[in-house]
Amino acid sequence: MSTSIAPRVDTSEAISIAHGGGGEMMRRLIDEHIIPRLGNRFLNPLDDSAVFNPTNKRTAFTTDAFVVQPLEFPGGDIGRLALCGTINDLAVMGATPIALSLAIVVEEGLSFTLFDRILDSVAETAAEANVVVATGDTKVIERQNGDGLIITTAGIGEIRDDANLGQSRIDEGDVVIVTGRIAEHGLAVLSVREGLSFQTQIVSDVAPLGGLVASIFDSGADVKFMRDPTRGGLAGVLADACEASNLSIEVEESSIPLSPSARHTAEVFGLDPLTVANEGKIVVVCPVDDADRVLQACRTHRLGHHAALIGQFKKEEPSLVELITEAGGRRIVQRPYGEELPRIC
Amino acid sequence: MIPNRIQDLVQTLNRVCDSLAPMAFMEVCGTHTVSFQRSGVKSLLPDNIRLISGPGCPVCVSPQGYIDAACEIASYPATTICTYGDMLRVPGRHGSLLQKRADGADVRVVYSPIDAVRLADEHPERAVVFIAVGFETTVGGHAAAVLEAQDRGLDNFFLLTSQKLVVPAMMALLAEGEVCIDGFLCPGHVSVIIGPNAYVPVVQTHRKPCVIAGFEPEQMLRGIIQLVRQVAQHAARIENIYPVAVRREGNPVAVRIINEVFEPADSEWRAMGTIPVSGLSLRTEYQQFDALERFDVDLGPDYDAPGCCCGQVLQGKVEPRDCPLFAIECSPSNPIGPCMVGSEGSCAAAFKYGHDGTRRACISSDRR
Repeated sequence: MSTSIAPRVDTSEAISIAHGGGGEMMRRLIDEHIIPRLGNRFLNPLDDSAVFNPTNKRTAFTTDAFVVQPLEFPGGDIGRLALCGTINDLAVMGATPIALSLAIVVEEGLSFTLFDRILDSVAETAAEANVVVATGDTKVIERQNGDGLIITTAGIGEIRDDANLGQSRIDEGDVVIVTGRIAEHGLAVLSVREGLSFQTQIVSDVAPLGGLVASIFDSGADVKFMRDPTRGGLAGVLADACEASNLSIEVEESSIPLSPSARHTAEVFGLDPLTVANEGKIVVVCPVDDADRVLQACRTHRLGHHAALIGQFKKEEPSLVELITEAGGRRIVQRPYGEELPRIC
Repeated sequence: MIPNRIQDLVQTLNRVCDSLAPMAFMEVCGTHTVSFQRSGVKSLLPDNIRLISGPGCPVCVSPQGYIDAACEIASYPATTICTYGDMLRVPGRHGSLLQKRADGADVRVVYSPIDAVRLADEHPERAVVFIAVGFETTVGGHAAAVLEAQDRGLDNFFLLTSQKLVVPAMMALLAEGEVCIDGFLCPGHVSVIIGPNAYVPVVQTHRKPCVIAGFEPEQMLRGIIQLVRQVAQHAARIENIYPVAVRREGNPVAVRIINEVFEPADSEWRAMGTIPVSGLSLRTEYQQFDALERFDVDLGPDYDAPGCCCGQVLQGKVEPRDCPLFAIECSPSNPIGPCMVGSEGSCAAAFKYGHDGTRRACISSDRR
């Protein structure tokens, strides 16, 4: 049951409706809490828009909203998640992020201590990914049984000249590589939400992936398609690629990187790790001859130690994702259908 | 790479099956149904072995009237429904609990009935109703929750019970004789509670082999091998190949608290009607925890949606794929019957993992 609701304090230590009113209180919130952490030459003028000079490169543009509960979880928090979500959506399109926007909706009563910790985390993640928050907004909503804090980010990025990505490029024989152990973000969040503690704590893999993606491209491999397997997990990405390419994918279960603790936790929740969200992994499709280059590039990067080749595209009708199980049997893999529900027994 | 021991077991199975007539084994429990498909073991079985899924998915065997009663109670004021996630999307005649939640009812998913007791304690102004479905595996937890609620002196915690017993359902299927069953693969987790001797009537009255197995690929394969050996010997014994967990006496502590709070009672099963002494109801001393009494709700008549074969599927009379709605009108994202909803449901398992050897899969039909 959800018991980890963000702490609320009824003093001046908490955010109030007035902090979102556009007046002096709001100005203090920005000057004392936001600018000291996130300030940069685009944000500091506090103009209505950040201004950039256009480049002659292709530009990627994306947005995402984040509503995770609890706001802080092992390995990250909503701030880091909100930045990584957008940075990674750019990265898997071959784009180097130029700038992000950050819109925060806060529920009245959220403590400044927690608010500041989340902003610190945003700042650290931005620095790690070498990107600026160029524009932002804050609104305060009335106290309710809400989630305390909602963040929406958007981002623009320049697409590398050597990036030529698209599911339509996938051919028979191409291979599927996943850059590390799966299911850790979803299981970490679910474990704290349900108050389960295990001997080995599962930590979210949330991380900005721009550097890893750059290493993969720099390896010279002909990367045909990349996606970060967030909601819907690995199963969702494989099902999408299968559908879009009209090819089948044969996946070897025993080669899918999965930590023993993640495997056990998924069992406790009755979840299929293939359908659990990741926030720091990439699924890469490339020709079989380039697989070693991609694997080498991943394994020498700190976020890709456990990269593995997990499957191959085949021309078989009808197109479906087929898993060769650890027991040596076969089953299909489907995109999960919405909310994964706790099982009975 | 296939683990050697699995390869060895598959070879053994092929050898013991060789030249035997086709056999049909019922895996009584939904956990086995799902494990066979999810692990791919089903695809490794020889052609002369057919698995039949039995009435062992708690969500699926709960009659329609029960779902409707749960939905009716959910719409009462100052009432909170606590449920295992599986029950949320089971369609009733007037919507599911999920739809009731969207309409503003307070319906919460919990992992344990004790969470519901805690919620009742924290919210004395609300009636908290726990949707108590399940077999012997889960009923112990329900009993513990009732005792906990009593200890805390709560008068706002209730159970809406549809608790079932495994063996009476097996006996009812055999007595009816419509499904040809050569033996039962009996669920490890239920057997942990009830012990191997609970299956004596199946073996003695109907002379059907019973093998108790866990849910790992190796256990399931070994279970099937032992069933085949018994068939070949014309034997009918109870075999426990899961002795690490299943002890002769079962779990006396769990049985004691179950018997303290509940008593055996006739129970209505979806499509199977009322089976004598096949369920567990609250004892008179604990009637104050009965949601039906508190809300004065009756279980309505049983019912299957037009065209839906769930009632036949859960008795092993129809394979999920043979239902005319399977993967056409009925899918996990739009379930018509409970077998497509429950994580242990045969139709959900067939849809999610199903592989019938011809690469025919439901993925394409669901894309319509």
